[in-house]
Amino acid sequence: MIKYLIPIIALFQKDFKSEIRTRYALNALVMFVITTISIILFAIAYETPPYEILAGILWIIIFFSAMSGMARTFISEEEKNTVMTLHIITTPITVYFGKLLFNLVLLVVINCFSTVLYILLMPNFSIKSPDIFIITLILGTIGLASTSTIIAAIIAKSNTKGTLYPVLSFPILLPLLLEVIKTTKLALEGEYFQKAIPDFQVMIAYFIVITTSSYLLFDYIWKD
Amino acid sequence: MIYKIMLGIGLTIIIIAGLSLPMVEIPKFWYEMPIVPGLGDKARIIFFHVPTAWVSVIAFISSLYFGIKYLRTKEFVNDIKSSTAASLGFLFCILATLTGAIWAKFSWGTYWNWDPRQTSIFILLLIYGAYFTLRSSIENEEKKATLSAVYSIIAGLTVPFFIFIMPRIVSSLHPDPIVNPQAKIHMNPTMLTIFLISLLAFTGVYLWIFILKIRVLNLILHHKMKEHE
Repeated sequence: MIKYLIPIIALFQKDFKSEIRTRYALNALVMFVITTISIILFAIAYETPPYEILAGILWIIIFFSAMSGMARTFISEEEKNTVMTLHIITTPITVYFGKLLFNLVLLVVINCFSTVLYILLMPNFSIKSPDIFIITLILGTIGLASTSTIIAAIIAKSNTKGTLYPVLSFPILLPLLLEVIKTTKLALEGEYFQKAIPDFQVMIAYFIVITTSSYLLFDYIWKD
Repeated sequence: MIYKIMLGIGLTIIIIAGLSLPMVEIPKFWYEMPIVPGLGDKARIIFFHVPTAWVSVIAFISSLYFGIKYLRTKEFVNDIKSSTAASLGFLFCILATLTGAIWAKFSWGTYWNWDPRQTSIFILLLIYGAYFTLRSSIENEEKKATLSAVYSIIAGLTVPFFIFIMPRIVSSLHPDPIVNPQAKIHMNPTMLTIFLISLLAFTGVYLWIFILKIRVLNLILHHKMKEHE
């Protein structure tokens, strides 16, 4: 286990360090979230939107910020011509899980930021069941990271990289998005924890299915 | 030749029988069909709408199957088969969506109301759309084949989620004469026979177009290979 873990951590550190140095993704994402939320605030003015819409908007922000941030995970390797190096020094599995870990950390940071901002600024967005909301956020972030990693690997080899990313991700992320929007609504309504358990099971199943299939299929994408 | 004649006869039988046989309260003669409660003559769409949806599912699964086969063997024929099945599946999916929407207009009052069935077929259309967008954006043939196969596998794995999730979010108004909780078929032998001929004939049309397209694409492939030599 440790034998597999060390190179994954090393790859994660490499990405993490280069992100800390340039802060390319982080800066862009923070600005993206701030801009989006302010546009929504201007648009709704003094209205108090219903729970369905509030839950939907939150996940639209998270979905599109993930789409603009995660796209570069593999494209940056192609642009810097470091793909060959990675081919030589590591196995495809290491690359996949290293990138997944990095995307997960980036998404956790950005989702925490956007959720806190959303809670502070949005009228009527008060969470009555924090337990449901926190688990929704965790499971949603994990699922989003697993799907966006494998799709990022696919689009890195295509010609129209950036525009293709949300197009390919959306049909695959839809089951997850429908579930998280539903449980966010439950959290806003103050439902009991038991009521959200079946949805959490679906989210966990989704994460396991996507990660396992990515693990099996990543070889084909990575090798030229 | 005999295949085409059989198909022609089969489709003629469906069109004539499906549209003209009387629907009565209690069928007495062999040519009478029972009235489906709440649907009346609108139930006749079952002979045209359900087969198209059925074919689009078959096409989707066979596209997935040939995609997996391509990844295992790396033979180009399998990629051709996979993409052809997907393009035909897309065509039949559009047909199913349109016939369903027309039926919904007369049964539910609107062409589109985000019924779970409509949502799931919409997602199927989205997946096909994304698949073809991906294919058109990669120039290298080998890469195109591999990546689109991988994408169709991942997309195919999410489809079961819709089957289990969608009915729990909203209840469907879609009639279920074939698959329902009681596992009963609300059709008399006449209706069932026409329905099964219809399924068979539509699958036959799909296979016919599929084989024709494969032959054409194979010829193009051979021609290209000869040019290279």
